[in-house]
Amino acid sequence: MEVLDIIKPENQVFCKSQLMTDTPLSYCPGCGHGTANNLIMEVIDEMGISEDTIGVAPVGCSVLAYDFMNIDMTQAAHGRAPAVATAIVRTWPEKYVFTYQGDGDLAAIGTAETIHACNRGENMVIFFINNGIYGMTGGQMAPTTLEGMKSSTSPYGREIATMGSPLKITELIANLPGVYSVSRHALHTHKHVRKAKIAIRQAFENTRLKKGLSFIEILSNCNSGWKMTPNDANEWMVENMFPYFPLGDIKVEGKLKV
Amino acid sequence: MAKVRGAIVVNTQICKGCEVCVPVCQEKVIGISSDVNRKGYHYAYMKNPEACNGCTNCGTVCPDRAIAVYRVKVAT
Repeated sequence: MEVLDIIKPENQVFCKSQLMTDTPLSYCPGCGHGTANNLIMEVIDEMGISEDTIGVAPVGCSVLAYDFMNIDMTQAAHGRAPAVATAIVRTWPEKYVFTYQGDGDLAAIGTAETIHACNRGENMVIFFINNGIYGMTGGQMAPTTLEGMKSSTSPYGREIATMGSPLKITELIANLPGVYSVSRHALHTHKHVRKAKIAIRQAFENTRLKKGLSFIEILSNCNSGWKMTPNDANEWMVENMFPYFPLGDIKVEGKLKV
Repeated sequence: MAKVRGAIVVNTQICKGCEVCVPVCQEKVIGISSDVNRKGYHYAYMKNPEACNGCTNCGTVCPDRAIAVYRVKVAT
């Protein structure tokens, strides 16, 4: 059988989601943001809730998410996406609301908004893309930068004595009683992508059942910020980030996993 | 026994040549072209089309969703 006989519309098993626009993604080659954007849109497409979903884009690399996601989107000031999402949820309680934030946005400048929105247990989904660095502005040190990790503002590596320890904001949020489910995922292999997709689906199902806030952290590479090739960055992430930020469920159905 | 044959179509203008799809392909189908697209990236292509079984691993990890996957059952 020739390859051209296989390539027919009836044999297609995978393609780009129709909820992603034709705008080329502005992310660097190999960046996990692209996979995360596509996964969220694929889940919304499968659930058939595209007309009832409102997303809030952050400031950072993913600031242009409203250009890529073909659903109702808005964009909040730096770190204020959970506050804007709270307003949307309270105005339209029947809508599916999600925020999509990076670690500079959620864990640094928006810590207060994040923690208070989580503590109130608003009925929404927060996607937290953690790459341990401020990617968009040139690789400065973020709260989640690992110990000894080089960035443009910590050229000799992060030093715990003067710069503090990396912030485990996901574990911090999991301890708040208002939060319904918390989990951490990665997107560097097909297995991890499929697991993350199941978790995203579960998060939106929680919103449908008005269970409260679902928080999904996604570990991503930042090959430009880390100054590596995409595959090297993925390997570096497995070796260095996974021990400090272990993958898996942290809180399921309102109960902490021990 | 039915055999599964697959094929991928890479949107060469969207592909950024990040090579993330290369290690996840168990059958080692995907290679990186020596040609470049409009943006100057070396795009992915089907180097070994006979081996592809349409598992969609490459598509799921592609950040730009530049890969469409086709699969067909072939009676042997």
